[in-house]
Amino acid sequence: MNERMSHIPLQHILIFSTALFFIGMFGMFTRKNLITLLMSVELMLNSVNINLVAFNKYLFPQQTGGIFLALFTIIIAAAEAAIAIAIFIYLYRTHHSIHVDDASEMKN
Amino acid sequence: MMPASAIFFYVIAAIILITAVLSVTSRKIFRSAIWLLFSLIGISGIYFWLDMNFLAAVQIIVYVGGIVVLIIFSVFLTQGSGQSLPYPSIGSMFFAALVCSVGLGFSIWSIAKYGYHDTANVVSSPGMKELGKQMLSVEQGGYALPFEAVSILLLAAMIASIVIALKKSA
Repeated sequence: MNERMSHIPLQHILIFSTALFFIGMFGMFTRKNLITLLMSVELMLNSVNINLVAFNKYLFPQQTGGIFLALFTIIIAAAEAAIAIAIFIYLYRTHHSIHVDDASEMKN
Repeated sequence: MMPASAIFFYVIAAIILITAVLSVTSRKIFRSAIWLLFSLIGISGIYFWLDMNFLAAVQIIVYVGGIVVLIIFSVFLTQGSGQSLPYPSIGSMFFAALVCSVGLGFSIWSIAKYGYHDTANVVSSPGMKELGKQMLSVEQGGYALPFEAVSILLLAAMIASIVIALKKSA
């Protein structure tokens, strides 16, 4: 907690990251293209990371748990994005589309 | 009168939220990816503002340099940049906006209701050296085991994505 942050309460950062999370959720509900869905997921993961770092900084400034949790979340998000894009490219080869409704073999 | 650093936080937050909204509503998928890029850069700005220099650097390297480039490549491989996405139906748009605003309102209400006790003592953030030492330490409070586990996870993800992308279409 340094001089610069003492003017912003923790609640404002939390409200900001909540707004970011629900923007990502809006994207999840309205988009039908798999790549844009992945973008919404990235926005939601980032808002959670901001939360973790802000809690670490404001409430437990002498510990580092929040930083490391955010770091591992970033790494796992990178792995998730790599696998997701490999799956999209395979889907595009077999279906010639990455629209959500076109990949329905596993229904019924 | 707010000090300049507080104004800086609100400006960055506004930029992030505006670009995020544009990213989930833009009809051109390539533009959507570019708005996402600005949003992620803004989030690394928030980390710099919070004095987390290492995390900000990781955010720029991994997200801006890695994931967004990957997304743009996959846009070019599957869509072409020119065509627009269709509009979602009014009903689903309305339903999504309703659900998100109710969730947002409830979350803001519960955040405002809960009293957080900020610690007043001035502690500087751990520097890169301490973070690196702690990441590879095997003693109490060290993160060597999750570090190794996550490296194996990354290796497995890399092999899996190569195998999936190489598979011949049936």
